[in-house]
Amino acid sequence: MTDSYLPPEHSSANLWQPNRVASKRSQAIVKFIFGSFAVLSIFTTLGIVATLIVETIKFFSQVSLVQFLFDNQWTPLFSEPHYGIFVLISATFLTSLIALLVAVPLGLLAAVCLSEYAPRNVRAWLKPALEILAGVPTVVFGFFALLIVTPILKTFIPGLQTFNGLSAGLILGIALLPTIASLSEDAIFAVPQDLRQGSYALGATKRETVTDVVLPAALSGIVAAIILGVARAVGETMIVTLAAGQNPTLTLDPRVPIQTMTSFIVQVAGGDVPVGTLKYDTLFAVGMTLFVITLLLNILSFWFVRKFQEKYE
Amino acid sequence: MTATGPKAFIPDEGIAPDEFEPNLVGRYKLDKVFAYASWAATIIGLVVLAFLLISTFADGLPRLGSSFLTSFPSRNAGRAGIASALAGTVWLLLITAAFAFPIGVGTGIYLQEFATDSWFAKMVEVNISNLAAVPSIIYGLLGLMVFVRILEPITGGRSVLAGGLTLALLILPVIIVATRETLKAIPDSLRIAGMALGSTRWQVVRDHVLPLALPGILTGTILGLSRAIGETAPLIVIGAQTFVPFLPTGLRSSFSALPIQIFNWTSRPQEAFHANAAAASIVLLVVLVSMNAVAIYLRNRFQQNR
Repeated sequence: MTDSYLPPEHSSANLWQPNRVASKRSQAIVKFIFGSFAVLSIFTTLGIVATLIVETIKFFSQVSLVQFLFDNQWTPLFSEPHYGIFVLISATFLTSLIALLVAVPLGLLAAVCLSEYAPRNVRAWLKPALEILAGVPTVVFGFFALLIVTPILKTFIPGLQTFNGLSAGLILGIALLPTIASLSEDAIFAVPQDLRQGSYALGATKRETVTDVVLPAALSGIVAAIILGVARAVGETMIVTLAAGQNPTLTLDPRVPIQTMTSFIVQVAGGDVPVGTLKYDTLFAVGMTLFVITLLLNILSFWFVRKFQEKYE
Repeated sequence: MTATGPKAFIPDEGIAPDEFEPNLVGRYKLDKVFAYASWAATIIGLVVLAFLLISTFADGLPRLGSSFLTSFPSRNAGRAGIASALAGTVWLLLITAAFAFPIGVGTGIYLQEFATDSWFAKMVEVNISNLAAVPSIIYGLLGLMVFVRILEPITGGRSVLAGGLTLALLILPVIIVATRETLKAIPDSLRIAGMALGSTRWQVVRDHVLPLALPGILTGTILGLSRAIGETAPLIVIGAQTFVPFLPTGLRSSFSALPIQIFNWTSRPQEAFHANAAAASIVLLVVLVSMNAVAIYLRNRFQQNR
């Protein structure tokens, strides 16, 4: 009887002593550190906005907004400078448009093929392949555009110059293709099987099911993928810098050299501009324009997804 | 009852059987055309990409040898190599990983495990998806302002540290989103069981959730890092050099990187340099594809084991 009796100081309740104070304290420390990491992402945004605004204000103290928006020449590096941003915007618009004309139809059809037509084992190979292709650096695509595609196009397009918007736009489209295809495929694949079967039960063929039932159901995801593609095209730098040239011209002719917003930034920033000069501020004014355009596209995408997203059980 | 409801059931007003043309032959024909078109689009995309990659390999392989990897840039295309560019890329990779991995994973854990559904978490979430859509060249401008100019006493100006920090900011959204998605997929029963045994939230996360989530988090990190080392534009903006005849000596050293070297060689008019650009592209692609392959392998294993 006395063996089983243990004095209170030896009971198991006393042997196991969780240090709750210490573990709560370590949790508080971790929470604080991780919380401040989270704040960093907000500071990044603030940093971007502040950087762009400060230098853009300096820019507009010397160049009028009217000239920035309505001048039809862009020659900030000349002795008699002109600052017509639409020259650069027209080039960005041209290359992005060509790129989307390539990437959207091909990307959507490829997404439909992967999700609806390809056998499962083919999809299991093609999908990762697409994702790897989406990771090919754009500077390599720039190399393709300038040194492989342009010489080929020159053989059958008269008047095509060494630097041109066409080959930059085409390759930009090819570069965007995997991203658009992969993201739209995610949206299409996520449409529940019931919808397809319901459509078949009503007598629709496979094509009718895809275009009239599945694609509308996946619309928000597809549009988000396309808008992301537009934002990428507008912000893409290396392909257009290498293949489209450095020649700011207000034109929509795809055969001649042009200069996009991004390739202007590369041209000036790569040239070691002294801080505090108007040229340096021009860099940020162009950056600001680019940032505003991509931000608007992003807001549009948010709005679209929220408005048209379909929810299924 | 309104007129629209029962109307369809009145046989007289419905479509007469002989008016309904199923036209199955025509519809199946259209179906076939559509199926072929979708296959054609997939194949065209892949063939074009394959053609471009193969022609790069054809251009670059003859130049690729051990001397190419160990030589410094030179005015003589035949003797030029990528030693300093490759070293710069490795330095950038390490610096970027050292900053982006802890900060990205920490933010992800905070948002998913500690601050779910708070207004702060929502604000950070919207902010992160906005950041993910900002063009990389804008990050270059931020890096130029913050890391090259304001923090010059620490980073040493146009240095490899400034480059790595800029790239870290660039890929933070990728890592944060990947971390959150992975944590979201870990079943809640695990957390509840841990807490029922008296663990704090952090203990549950550290001892039970994170070990399970690690493959997914690593996948996201590797994908982010492979994006970082392929980036050219932000590095040009913050001032990476194209002609660096030495290896980086420290964090404050000036630097080059593989994409910068490719850009420089591609934009030269002499043909001989173009072969160098192709050869350097091959090296960069091999590095990137192997990183991505590891990431996808990790993810597939993770998905199977779940």
